[in-house]
Amino acid sequence: MNATLTESHYRNKIHPKKFALWVACASMTMMFAAFTSAYIVRQASGNWLEFNLPDVFSYSTGVILASSIVLHCAYIAFKKRNVFLYKGLLVLALLLGIAFVVLQYQGWLAMEKMGVQLTGNPSGSFVYVISGLHAAHVLGGISAIIVALVHAFALKFKVTKVRILRFELTLTYWHFVDLLWIYLFLFFIYQK
Amino acid sequence: MTNVSTPIQYDEEKLIKEQGFDDHFHDHHHGDKYKSNFITTYIFSQDHKMIAKQFLITGIFWAIIGAAMSIIFRLQLGFPEESMAWLKPILGKWITINDAGIGTLAPEFYYALVTMHGTILVFFVLTAGLSGTFSNLLIPLQVGARDMASPFLNMLSYWFFFLAGLVMFISLFLSTGPFSGGWTAYPPLSALPQASSGSGAGMTLWIVSLVLFVVSVLLGGINYVTTVLNLRTKGMTMWRLPLTIWAFFVTAILGILSFPVLASAFFLVMCDRGLGTSFFISEIFIGGQALDNVGGSPILYQHLFWFLGHPEVYIIILPAMGLVSEVLSVHARKPIFGYKAMVFSILAIAFLSFIVWAHHMFMSGVNPFISNFFVIFTLIIAVPSAVKVFNWITTLYGGNIRFNSAMLFAIGFVSLFISGGLTGIFLGNSAIDIQMHDTYFVVAHFHIVMGIAAFFGMFAGIYNWYPKMFGTFMNETLGRIHFWGTMIGAYAIFWPMHYLGMAGVPRRYYRFDNFDAFSHFADSNKFITIAAIIVFALQILFVINFFYSIKNGKKMTTKNPWGANTLEWTTPIDAGHGNWPGNIPAVHRWAYDYGKDGHEFIPQIVPMREGEKDGGDH
Ligand code: HEM
Ligand SMILES: [Cu+2]
Repeated sequence: MNATLTESHYRNKIHPKKFALWVACASMTMMFAAFTSAYIVRQASGNWLEFNLPDVFSYSTGVILASSIVLHCAYIAFKKRNVFLYKGLLVLALLLGIAFVVLQYQGWLAMEKMGVQLTGNPSGSFVYVISGLHAAHVLGGISAIIVALVHAFALKFKVTKVRILRFELTLTYWHFVDLLWIYLFLFFIYQK
Repeated sequence: MTNVSTPIQYDEEKLIKEQGFDDHFHDHHHGDKYKSNFITTYIFSQDHKMIAKQFLITGIFWAIIGAAMSIIFRLQLGFPEESMAWLKPILGKWITINDAGIGTLAPEFYYALVTMHGTILVFFVLTAGLSGTFSNLLIPLQVGARDMASPFLNMLSYWFFFLAGLVMFISLFLSTGPFSGGWTAYPPLSALPQASSGSGAGMTLWIVSLVLFVVSVLLGGINYVTTVLNLRTKGMTMWRLPLTIWAFFVTAILGILSFPVLASAFFLVMCDRGLGTSFFISEIFIGGQALDNVGGSPILYQHLFWFLGHPEVYIIILPAMGLVSEVLSVHARKPIFGYKAMVFSILAIAFLSFIVWAHHMFMSGVNPFISNFFVIFTLIIAVPSAVKVFNWITTLYGGNIRFNSAMLFAIGFVSLFISGGLTGIFLGNSAIDIQMHDTYFVVAHFHIVMGIAAFFGMFAGIYNWYPKMFGTFMNETLGRIHFWGTMIGAYAIFWPMHYLGMAGVPRRYYRFDNFDAFSHFADSNKFITIAAIIVFALQILFVINFFYSIKNGKKMTTKNPWGANTLEWTTPIDAGHGNWPGNIPAVHRWAYDYGKDGHEFIPQIVPMREGEKDGGDH
């Protein structure tokens, strides 16, 4: 129903789809807020194994942060019609995204090696489960970037409103999972 | 008296044409491509009006199943000695027949029935069937939009609900039975597959179903919020929204913020079940064997569950409140009393609903000092609730009331909400709750205030908007029989339960006749069961009226049969996808100009006279 979405009719400056994405992010935030609250409540009742997060997680944090910046630069390049830079940065962002997930996996292996098992004390289970679910959200973002890549290489280069919007949706979501991880990372460090 | 009935003169088509908003609808609308094909019209429809009907009819299906289950377990409670052999053809192995030919209901299946009844009614009927139906039907129509912000996600929302239902339905036929640990699915019964027969495959399907359901609620809710905020027509400021829309809007926000928390809880339960983690279970012995799981806390689940659970009860009741506010005002021919107070009460209730969850856990060993905090906020909820009740009654006062089925159900809602709300105040005091918790007093409380009241709001909505959905009216006489029978019957069922509860009769017991303390309630239990059967029969009458009237009901001949002000009554009787054939109407006033300046009603599309003040802004 294109007619529903004729421009100029929007009440707010923000596009409904983008707004919907923000609302969805609020919903995902609540989900992770629930996890971290559960963590705190459970921790308060004792019998809690303390351990330090393996270093790999610091590297993965750096990687996802970098990927966010790279994707943002790709977006700017896109709007400035710098085709080469845009495509190159998009590929780089994808690689960094994949690297993040691989590093998270290395992190879980490292935890395992430390003796912190998935099925052991809940303090460890929480880290596995929460970061695992976060990684699932990142996979969603990676698929969005892959779609963006397919568009970038398969379609003729054109800066249209629809394409800008599509890019912005991907970008917003990617920044969101990035920020979410940074929150979780700091949470795990300071609330161990 | 304000109700002088001079019909206002206005030319609706001309107003919409001249004042309305031209979004070039026709330019994009080549032919009638949305109706071209059976599948896209009736099955994978993206038209919010059709999706609303899908939600409603699926809801009715589940309501019949859920209610039939309650009749079976009520028979068990009311007539524990009677033979249930006649149910063998439907229930199969869950009825065992002894040598004397007496059939008994398997106790495990009794619990499964209670659990399924609760789950189905709370989630499938009163959440999806109520807010799914009316948010879909009314949000685009009443805010003046051609459809939802994303018709596609809206369609997905229905189909996730449908899938959730399908999975739950399949679970009813498992050889180990559906889940039987109560609609709240507390661990360990939910977290340990070996805990009871329903905890195995039954629980797996239960949780899969509810996860699909959460997805449905989120997709729907995101759409509702976006539509209300972004797609309101020209002139439709927030303060001109009908109270229905305010209610659906806030309901959607509540859902978006609370259902993900339920999803987290379910996710952790799944890990406990499938991966061997111990979030919710600790030091459990099964068959003399200790399990490995150490360090979990079942109370943690209760916190997560009730963080959703309490907002959920308002997710159920707020849409009903919105529908009732609108119906009361239209059929009393009076503006709703205290419009802004109504909006602020909705907001206050929504806010408070997030900080009262532990009133469901006063008996879980929560620290009494922490309990106090929850007692206070729980009791404060009574304030905005009372404001709303006061405003409904004041709206009725001195009105030119049409006592039709819709109005009767709306008035009935107010009565039930008062009765059930008052018992909430007892339960909200943790000291009293020590006695009342997990007794029939709680069952009476929430059935009256949530179960029956929300049904009444839904019935008011159905009778009122039925012509909008199907172009025909439901039979009034049957509607009134339905109302009076249900009203009296519902009190007959739930009123006695208060006394049972005060005497300490616990909920979720299979039979009471062999307890000395409770056996003298045998007659009350019989009485309740008989009343329940009668009320059930009346609902079947409603269902017959509903389906029969689609084709055979009195035809709608004018666009606006109730003389209502809101925009949905300006669309053609048989509106296509896009709602208005030409321009979208523009709005010039709030929705409640009834009996103003000697006019019986002034629709929102009528421009204000010079110097006239808009009602919403007092
Ligand atoms: C003045 C307002 C209200 C107060 C103070 C209140 C208080 C309470 C309390 C303290 C309980 C826990 C009782 C126990 O388990 O021991 C309870 C249970 C319940 N209330 Fe309310 N309530 C109020 C209004 C409502 C409304 C409006 C609804 C629904 C629309 C509702 C639905 C429920 C449900 C479903 C339960 C029981 C859930 C279960 O254990 O299965 N209540 N209420
Ligand atoms: Cu509650």
